[in-house]
Amino acid sequence: MDFYLTALLQGLCFSAIALGIYISMKIFNIPDITTDGSYTLGGVVTAILLTHHQPVYIILPAVIFAGALAGALTGIIHTKLKINALLAGILVMTALYSVNLSLMGRSNLPLINVSSLFTLINIATDPNQNAFWILLFFVIIITLLIGYLLKTDFGIAMRATGNSESMIRSLGVNTDRMKIIGLALANALTAVSGYLISQFQGFTDISMGIGIVIVGLGSVIIAETLINWFRITSVWLSLVLVLTGAIIFQLVLAVTLDIGVDANLLKLVTAVFVLIIVSLPRITFKKTS
Amino acid sequence: MIDLINVHKIFNPGKANQVNAVNGINLNIKREEFLVIVGANGSGKTTLLDMIAGSILPNSGSIHIDGKDVTKIPGYQRSRWIARVFQSPLSGTASDLSILDNFRLAAIRTKPKGLSIGVNETFKNQVKEKISTLGMGLENKIEQPMGTLSGGQRQALTLLMSVMDNCKVLLLDEPTAALDPRSAEIVMRTADELIKDYKLTATLITHNLKDAFNYGNRIILMGEGSIIKDINAAEKQVLKQNDLFDWFA
Repeated sequence: MDFYLTALLQGLCFSAIALGIYISMKIFNIPDITTDGSYTLGGVVTAILLTHHQPVYIILPAVIFAGALAGALTGIIHTKLKINALLAGILVMTALYSVNLSLMGRSNLPLINVSSLFTLINIATDPNQNAFWILLFFVIIITLLIGYLLKTDFGIAMRATGNSESMIRSLGVNTDRMKIIGLALANALTAVSGYLISQFQGFTDISMGIGIVIVGLGSVIIAETLINWFRITSVWLSLVLVLTGAIIFQLVLAVTLDIGVDANLLKLVTAVFVLIIVSLPRITFKKTS
Repeated sequence: MIDLINVHKIFNPGKANQVNAVNGINLNIKREEFLVIVGANGSGKTTLLDMIAGSILPNSGSIHIDGKDVTKIPGYQRSRWIARVFQSPLSGTASDLSILDNFRLAAIRTKPKGLSIGVNETFKNQVKEKISTLGMGLENKIEQPMGTLSGGQRQALTLLMSVMDNCKVLLLDEPTAALDPRSAEIVMRTADELIKDYKLTATLITHNLKDAFNYGNRIILMGEGSIIKDINAAEKQVLKQNDLFDWFA
C-alpha cells in the first residue's frame, strides 16, 4: 500500500510539470523540450541552497526564477531568432546539462540531514502523510494561481495566442512577448516539480530530468483524452483533469512495477502507455463512425 | 486619415523569385471614406492592406495614420486605430475560445491585457445585447467555443468584435470570399451598417464586383502594384455596374 501512496505523492510532485506542459503544449501549441533541463535545474538550485543552509523562503522564488529564465531563453531563441521551437528547447536543454553539472560540482547531491520543506512543516506524524498534506496544499495553491491567471484578460490573450495568432496580433498583443512569458511560466512550473521531487526523494541527481518530459506529456494527454471525451470547456475542470492525469500516470507506473515488470523496462512501458492513451480516442472514434 | 506616400514593397529582392508587389503607391484615404479596392490576383491589393495594418513593413515610402507616422510601428501596436476582418474566418477569431472570451479580447483591443478578470455579468449582458443585433440567435450561445459556429456566423461576429473597442479604421480583406451568397450578403450589410453607425474609415478588398458597385464611396482598381483607376464619390454615383466589368475585360 505504501508503494501506491508513494506513487500518489510523486504524482502530486509532478502536477507542476504537468501544468507546465499543459501551458506550453496545449495553450501555446509549442512542443517544449526545455523541460528535461529546467526540471533538473529546479532540483539543482534547491539542493545547492539547502546544503548551503539558505533560508527556506528564498529557495522557492530562486527555483521559480531559474526555471523561468531557462524557459524565457527558449522563448527568445524561438521567437527572436526564428528557430523551430523544438530545436530551441533542445539547445537550451543540452546547455542546461553542463550548467547543472557545474552548479552542483558533482553529479549527485544528497539532501540528508538538511531541513527541507517536508521536515520543517509537521502536520501529521507519519512522514508520508505529512508529505501528502504539504504537497496537496502546494498543488492547490499552484492550480488556483494558474486557473485565476487563465481567467484574466492576460490569460485569455495567452490562450488566444496559441489558437489564432493573426487574430490576437490584430487585437494588439505582441505574440513574441506572450510566447516568451508563456514558456517562462511553463518552465518555472517544471522547476517547481524538480524542487519538490528533490526534497521528497532526498537528493538531486544530474540525470533525474532525462525523459521527464514524457511524464508531463503523458499527464496532459490523459487529461486531453478526458477533456475531449466529456467535451469539457471549463478552464478549472481542465486543470483539475491535468492534475488527475499526473496522478493516474504515476499510479499506472506503480501498478506496472507491482505486477512484477522488470524496472529496466519502465521507460518502455511508459512509452507504450502514452501511445495507448494517444491512440485510444482515435480507435474508439473509428468504431462509432 | 490614412496616407501612403510613395510606398514600395518588394518580396525576395535580388533573387530569381523577386516580386514587386507594390510599386510606389500614393494614396490618401479620407476620414469616414469607405474605399473599395478591386484588381486581379497578384495586383498588390492584399499587400497594400497588410502594409496599412502593419503585418508587412514596406521597403520604402511612409505610412501615416491619423497624422502619425506609423511606417516602423509593428502591427500589434497599430491596433490602437485599426480593426481587421480577414478572408478566412479562422484568422479573425480563436476557435477554441468561447464567443465571450473572443469578445472580451476585442473589447480591450486598444488597452493592455491585465491581470484582472474582465468577464463579468455586466460584460456578458453587453455582449449578448450586441450579438442580438445580428438576429442570428447567437446571443444564447456566448459560452460556446467559436469553432462550433459556421464561417458566416464567425465573420459576422468578427465584424461586431471590431467595434467593441474604440475603432477608427476597419480593414476588410475579402471578408465574404469563403461564404455562401446568403451569408455573404448578411456580412456585407452588417459591415456597411457598422461603418455608417460608427463613422469608420474603411477599406474593402473584394473580387465581387456587385459588392464593389453597391458599397463604398470610392473605388480604386489596382494592377501590377499600382493604382490604375481611382473613382471618387461623385464619379462613383454615375458609374455603371457594367463599367466595372469592362475594367476586367
